[in-house]
Amino acid sequence: MAADMSEAREAADDHVYLSLADGDEGDARWAFGTGFADPLHGVPTALPEGVDAAALAEVCVALGDDALIAAQRLAEWCTRAPELEEEMALANIGLDLLGQARLLYARAGQADGTGRGEDAYAYFRDAADFRNVRLAELPRGDFACCVGRLLAQSAWRLALFERLAGCADPVLAAVAAKGVKELTYHRQYAAEWVVRLGDGTAESHRRMQAAWTELAPWLEELYADRTAEGFGAPAEEVAEATRAVLAQVAEAARLTTPAQVTAVPGTGRAGDRTEHLAPLLDELQGLARAHPEAAW
Amino acid sequence: MAATLHVLHDDGAAPETAATRARRIASEVVDPELPMVTLAELGVLRGVEVAPDGSVTATMTPTYSGCPAMAEMRATLAARLRTAGYADVRIETVLDPPWTTDWISEEGRRKLAEHGIAPPGPAPRRTGGPVLLDLSPTRRAVPCPRCGSADTEELSRFGATSCRALRRCRSCREPYEHVKEI
Repeated sequence: MAADMSEAREAADDHVYLSLADGDEGDARWAFGTGFADPLHGVPTALPEGVDAAALAEVCVALGDDALIAAQRLAEWCTRAPELEEEMALANIGLDLLGQARLLYARAGQADGTGRGEDAYAYFRDAADFRNVRLAELPRGDFACCVGRLLAQSAWRLALFERLAGCADPVLAAVAAKGVKELTYHRQYAAEWVVRLGDGTAESHRRMQAAWTELAPWLEELYADRTAEGFGAPAEEVAEATRAVLAQVAEAARLTTPAQVTAVPGTGRAGDRTEHLAPLLDELQGLARAHPEAAW
Repeated sequence: MAATLHVLHDDGAAPETAATRARRIASEVVDPELPMVTLAELGVLRGVEVAPDGSVTATMTPTYSGCPAMAEMRATLAARLRTAGYADVRIETVLDPPWTTDWISEEGRRKLAEHGIAPPGPAPRRTGGPVLLDLSPTRRAVPCPRCGSADTEELSRFGATSCRALRRCRSCREPYEHVKEI
């Protein structure tokens, strides 16, 4: 056993030096991203016939922005989560979303013909150029807000991705099929917390209910989103599937969903923003913009 | 390292073909996070082909979309093949079909368990309908990889990495990780 471990460690050390010594893969690594190659490295990039390139770029940017902004909000929970285990969970969920964003941005750059890489989308666009739903950019709130929002986002995204997995673009379909598995875990995690808080103590119920009520007006924007309709994900169908899951959780969590909800006017998909996105982007993009060519 | 490998495996049997040799070398690259298992045993290495002109194409698939180890794996795999004398090496990514823990080999599972990490059970099968949300209390039987007891509990579904959950054995009191089914 001990011998195995030391062999394993030797192999691991060896691997570090090998990859550092490997000039062909690019020694200089950009300091702020992962410094890694294109996440779609080696994936066939051709657009299949019949796929509208502009629509594909639009849906990839929209879903990439949803994921990036949600991941950034989730990362804010590092050092602030109620327990270390939850911090790890939220960070890991954010990492999955970040991975989805990277793939989607890479595909967007291929589809829109600019050949832009993921960093151009993540670091070098201003708030007005982002197309995420506004739910993603709302402030962190308390832990009840966090799990309530995560539930809504992951239930909706899962319903979307289940349908996109069958779409005509093979790359988007593959990203979605992979994402379905990840989002299933995210939704499960969030749902269990919503039930635990909603069906918990008087105080946890009060706060979960407050978060649930506060979220409701922002969900209409998700339900009305037609960005992915050309890719086999009709808005009504996705909305219905999402509502069904939220109703299931609300019932188990003893939460009351507001009967009459007035949607917040506008939509993030058209570039309408809240005042909360710009400060989030300042933090996300500041370092990269200060040193755009930095490498290590 | 390449020379060592060569000695280890060059036992005088029938001469290896270029493809078999490239495959063997690629198959020995270990996972940077779980160095007790190889990328081949994890099912991350999907294929190694040698073209008539001697160029090698290896295909890999990420475990999770956000797996930060993917680039390291790619770099290590390319470096190993180059060190072994293949000048023209291409590493390609395949996203479809998505990786599943069902692809972890028996040998890989045995090594994980031997190092105190509970291997995954069968991955959930999609039936074609929507992915259902199950809110009933679920008790998953994940026996302790150290003492074998079935009396274990989940501490956190997301452990040190997305692919692992953190559990605790109630018999021997040891915490351990479990590779989640996906």
